[in-house]
Amino acid sequence: MEIRPILSAMRRNKVGAVLIALQMAVTLAILCNGLFIVEQRLSLSERPSGLDEANVFVLTNQWVGNPADLKARTQSDVAALRSLPGVVAATVTNSYPMSHGGSSEGVKLNPDQKESTAATALYFVDEQGLRTMGVKLIAGRNFNADEVMDKAGFDIQVPPTAIIITRLLAEKLFPGQNALGKSVYVQFQKHLVPIVGIVDRLQVPWVQGDSWAAGFSENSTIEPYHFFANYSHYMIRTQPGRLASVIQEAQKQLYELSRARVLEKAVPMLEARREAYKDDRGLAIILIVVCTALLAVTAFGIVGLTSYWVAQRRRQIGIRRALGATRNAIIQYFQTENFMIAISGAVVGVALAVSLNLWMVSSFSMARLQTGYAFIGAAVVLLLGQAAVLWPAIKAASIPPALATRGGA
Amino acid sequence: MFSYYIDLGLRSLRRNAVLTILLVTAIAVGIGASMTTLTVFRAMSGDPIPRKSARLFVPQIDSRGPGAGAEPTDDHLADRLTYIDAMALMKAHAAKRQTAIYASALALRPADPKEKPFRAHVRLIYADFFPMFDVPFLYGHPWSASQDENHEPVIVITRSLNDREFGGLNSVGKLLDLGGKSYTIVGVIDRWEPIPQFYDIGRTPFAGKDDVFMPFTHGIEQQIPIMGSTNCNSDVPVGFDARLNSDCIWGRFWVELPTPEDAAEYRTFLDNYASEQRRVGRYNWPARTQLRDVMTWLKYNHVVPGEVRILILVSFGFLLVCLLNAMGLMLAKLMGRAPDIGVRRALGASRAAIFWQCLVETGVVGLAGGLFGLVLTALGLWAARSLLPSDFIAVTHLDAADVLVALVLGIGSTIVAGLYPTWRASHVQPAWQLKAQ
Repeated sequence: MEIRPILSAMRRNKVGAVLIALQMAVTLAILCNGLFIVEQRLSLSERPSGLDEANVFVLTNQWVGNPADLKARTQSDVAALRSLPGVVAATVTNSYPMSHGGSSEGVKLNPDQKESTAATALYFVDEQGLRTMGVKLIAGRNFNADEVMDKAGFDIQVPPTAIIITRLLAEKLFPGQNALGKSVYVQFQKHLVPIVGIVDRLQVPWVQGDSWAAGFSENSTIEPYHFFANYSHYMIRTQPGRLASVIQEAQKQLYELSRARVLEKAVPMLEARREAYKDDRGLAIILIVVCTALLAVTAFGIVGLTSYWVAQRRRQIGIRRALGATRNAIIQYFQTENFMIAISGAVVGVALAVSLNLWMVSSFSMARLQTGYAFIGAAVVLLLGQAAVLWPAIKAASIPPALATRGGA
Repeated sequence: MFSYYIDLGLRSLRRNAVLTILLVTAIAVGIGASMTTLTVFRAMSGDPIPRKSARLFVPQIDSRGPGAGAEPTDDHLADRLTYIDAMALMKAHAAKRQTAIYASALALRPADPKEKPFRAHVRLIYADFFPMFDVPFLYGHPWSASQDENHEPVIVITRSLNDREFGGLNSVGKLLDLGGKSYTIVGVIDRWEPIPQFYDIGRTPFAGKDDVFMPFTHGIEQQIPIMGSTNCNSDVPVGFDARLNSDCIWGRFWVELPTPEDAAEYRTFLDNYASEQRRVGRYNWPARTQLRDVMTWLKYNHVVPGEVRILILVSFGFLLVCLLNAMGLMLAKLMGRAPDIGVRRALGASRAAIFWQCLVETGVVGLAGGLFGLVLTALGLWAARSLLPSDFIAVTHLDAADVLVALVLGIGSTIVAGLYPTWRASHVQPAWQLKAQ
């Protein structure tokens, strides 16, 4: 393909070519940053919580008033839940992953440390807790029933007899060593407590990307407590496929035990996940829609302007055809022309994309754009140009050579 | 002449329908996208209490000191107060109005025993809260300062709770069972949903939901549980009373200071209070203080999420692409009419006349794009409401100002985009065009 005539034709249509190139550049910049954000948000929202999400649900309970026999009531609730058909295990807890509410504290290796070694979320469950959550114990053991202490609300302090921590928290506390069997200072660094188990994974309750807990989202500590408070959560794990029926049964059973309570709508963990990551999914969908619309607008722009060029050059095209140019040669002419414009657009676009990303990194604490995205974006824009130019080019190729002999355009 | 140009403009739009549709759609899509995000942004970053936002302030005191458990705020200053400080500020009464605030939730037992109890969101406040924040009353009135002092079990409920429990009838004087205790209703507030909910910013500032307002003093007396975040430097104290006397921060505090002089005076008062506390040995560090008004407070709390800024950026980039596109198409369109323009020039039309004619034509395209863009904006907002989360979107709607902005944006940006093509068109050489024909 001869490039010189294309260049000289382009020189006469500078503005149009520059407009298309600029449009492609901006499209490219938005496209790859947009896709990058989409990918980030989606991968954020797919992080596992560590729970057996498909079979676990939570019933949040609040008692009317301040009953004196909280412990007995909680125990009979838990016993009733455990006896339901289809229930694998159940426990009462202060919090659960993706719930946005819970407790956290700092863990220290020695009590005189100024700053704590790691931040961690706290989950209070009894010896059925691990089984209820469905977390994977990768080292050590579960709590023994006699290790589980009573904990009335958050105010009363009874030091835990033992703790189970997540793998990442263990690595943070004891890098390169085996944390199992070691002891750390918890509960405001006053009590030295042994680590008896390590679970593969258990997220903190605050999971959103911009949450204050983003720095320690995989650091959780499980403490052996019978937790009873005016406001608490029952976590229930069911046999596969029996979630819906157990939810129904559980609510009925609890109301039968006492009506002086508020039971909030049961939250299956899959729903908690949807709710927790609604923002991220929403943003991802909007960005995908915007990027698609952007590509469409750019494509139509190319179609429009190229059609105009074709109309303008009807006569010249007729002459070329009369002088022996094949239809393919005409199509190739427009394709090459578009390719050249698109390449310059892509170069500017990649530069624009990187600077846009750098600016976002500095002002919204975004991650750095991976270069792969810039190349994918460039490829998409080049292909888009080729596809968009095809229709006007084919129309141009169908201009009859006889046109050259006629007068007028 | 203007109406003639408009007529010409409309005619020429009809002549090349495909190009016109492309043009109008391009502009409309760009405007739709940017207006949608702008509307959302405006709703989120708007002033929740425009008439008073500059007179309401949050006092902050550095009660936690440097180092240990630094606060996650931008300046590492605690964003809430300890009970001790909140009570000291209440007692000092150094502002025109002041209120401490905390949040709780209690089981509400409906009068009808067949109904199940449900969770009511309770905001514990002082009587000053209502006049301070211009809370409108449907029935009754706020409780009195003396009822605050006497820790009385009185409540003000919201309109929606009143609708639910009393069928919307005047419930003043009636009783409500909250957390197993009986409360006398003294007032029902009318619909009042400042957006964002600025007075006690929590996890979801755009879904602030209160059912019941209750005297703070009563809540403390009855040990109504403190919900919302509590941060403690040292031990979590054992029991409610111990928490009150601890260094844990959990209370919000607002003051109303009518003039800048009052604000300056209050700041001095705060500084004096902080140094006094240092003198008596509560702090062993120079305790900084801060006084922020509503808008500064919202910014400080990063109420508008980063997502919205990203979307605004993307949508204006999108508008830019659409305008570049429109510019190219306009160029194609006007230059396609070079022969006509040549004839008009030859018949004596001045360059200025051609320029104006083309500009009017561009304006017509812009107007059509703006109108269509409005439709797309409404559609976009509808989609955003179902996609985007945070219940704040429920309150975003198009108002007259938005319509105006969309039209001005449509016409304005199209004319800017059309300037170069128009200029080119007005420089068509009449002789050339005539010769070519």
